Amino acid sequence: MKYYDKLIFELSRPGRKGYELPNNNFGNDAFSKLPSDLMREVPAELPEVSELDVVRHYTNLSMKNFGVDTGFYPLGSCTMKYNPKINEEVAQIPEFTAIHPLQDEKSVQGALELYYNLQKALANIAGLYEFTLNPYAGAHGELTGLMVMKSYHLANGDTKRTKVIVPNSAHGTNPASAMVAGLEVVEVKSKPNGSIDVEDLRPLLDDTVAGIMMTNPNTLGMFETEIMEIAKLVHEAGGLLYYDGANLNPLLGKVRPGDMGFDIMHINLHKTFSTPHGGGGPGSGPVGVTERLAKFLPNPKVKKNEDGTFSIVTSDDSLGSISTFLGNFGVMMRAYAYILTLGKENIRNVGPLATLNANYIKESLKDDYLLPIEGVCKHEFVFDGLKDKSTHVTTLNVAKRLLDYGFHAPTIYFPLLFHESMMIEPTETESLETLNEFIDVMHKVAAEARETPEKVIEAPLTTLVRKLDETGAAKNPVLTYRHLQAENAKGAAE
Amino acid sequence: MSKIIETLRYADSHEWVKLEGDIATVGITDYAQHALGSIVYVDMPEVGDEVTAGEEFGAVESVKAASDLISPVSGEVVEINEALEDSPELVNEDAFENWIMKVKVNDPAEIEGLLDAAAYAKICEE
Repeated sequence: MKYYDKLIFELSRPGRKGYELPNNNFGNDAFSKLPSDLMREVPAELPEVSELDVVRHYTNLSMKNFGVDTGFYPLGSCTMKYNPKINEEVAQIPEFTAIHPLQDEKSVQGALELYYNLQKALANIAGLYEFTLNPYAGAHGELTGLMVMKSYHLANGDTKRTKVIVPNSAHGTNPASAMVAGLEVVEVKSKPNGSIDVEDLRPLLDDTVAGIMMTNPNTLGMFETEIMEIAKLVHEAGGLLYYDGANLNPLLGKVRPGDMGFDIMHINLHKTFSTPHGGGGPGSGPVGVTERLAKFLPNPKVKKNEDGTFSIVTSDDSLGSISTFLGNFGVMMRAYAYILTLGKENIRNVGPLATLNANYIKESLKDDYLLPIEGVCKHEFVFDGLKDKSTHVTTLNVAKRLLDYGFHAPTIYFPLLFHESMMIEPTETESLETLNEFIDVMHKVAAEARETPEKVIEAPLTTLVRKLDETGAAKNPVLTYRHLQAENAKGAAE
Repeated sequence: MSKIIETLRYADSHEWVKLEGDIATVGITDYAQHALGSIVYVDMPEVGDEVTAGEEFGAVESVKAASDLISPVSGEVVEINEALEDSPELVNEDAFENWIMKVKVNDPAEIEGLLDAAAYAKICEE
């Protein structure tokens, strides 16, 4: 494939255009009525291009992408499952896309019903009482959930509870969210298999603890078998349990966080409910809570009236508003389509299939890759690099070599519990053939590491760009087009 | 195999200390720089800051991860290694030569609680 890295502005030619505006049939010229201080002095510099220019430009750019639509994407902890196209079809229904949040609620009953039904469906799946769909993403959901936790304690006059217990194996967003919520982070140790060390937890639980943040299965993909005991201890100490929905996929329709004793949780719709991961958005991080916490959920909320209609309501007990209006509605439509497409019966198969796929890869590769935690994992697992350490081929090298073979790399160097972490999550949507192809390639890379290690260390060899200078990029970032031009000019001069 | 210097003291969070009079020089170990990989930034305290043993005094950022620096001693920061501001990779080149901060310690005896080279070597093997 030809290398392509142009900006659309570079294709621009004065006067060229790919559109024609309809005649103004209304006879008024709004622009002439605008006060002069609101008018631009210099016309906007927009690219002037033909339709063909636009189509080729974006098609060429899109071909530089790797996505789950192009190949296997076992990026651990991220749940890169296939996003069914029916989701997109539903999200493009004009009756939904052409509405405005300030419209009279009588005219958007369908949208409110979708919000309400999705909220109910998530509450059923999670074993909790009520969800807000307002948060914009997972970390925003964490913050919202912790604000609920804080509001609950403050409403009880419990002002001493300022500490949140977080396992040292947790996702980095957990302590970060706790800090942003104005709470203090206390670390609890985890055992070698990533589970919380109950004996280390016990002495931490006193009347200054607001709650604990956990995922189950934990960061290493292992189920926390002592969860009921942990929930009992935390509740007895007056704290609440927060469930990070990052690892919900293997439990979907099988085990409910609410039944495990969790009081608050967020769900990443882009992981578990097959909405696009996107280029940083839009996302959605619904937050669910038990009945006693429901009144603290953010405003606005959608309420079902006795006559079957829906209303947007606010309440004084609420922690306040954390988003504009009701969140990212387009993402909710996709998640709702996914849930209805699968239905109650099929949604139960998601977790077991994701778990089966992960265990199949794990067992097939543990002869060549170091498996620090033996036993049945859930939806993902961690290798600590190649088993044969004498080759000096690192996890980074293996990851780059996988790109040559057309696979996305696993998550690497996370979790930090091991030096050469390689976190693999196949998801439930991959076929046996795809899993076998991946396993064959991983074995091939391990063989190359033994026989021709220099080749693996040099990888990737066939990608559009070769190994990137990560140190240079971190120390000397080139972030704007002007900066790039200046760097190029400097390079040409030298 | 990572280098360990016989005459230094160590914390299990992979910092080393060299005590001369009441001035402790602190850096990260060769094992730590190796585990972190290419270091791109060292977040250092400021001269005059108070540091406390067992608490964070800065961070090291590599292409792999960001890692807190835990002070092995308590006292006042009297000097920082300014060369690391522009050239953090010096820590990768020689972690023992390229120290991070110098601390006027409150209690020189505090250092006795730290690991000696043999005990630290054992931790690195695990």
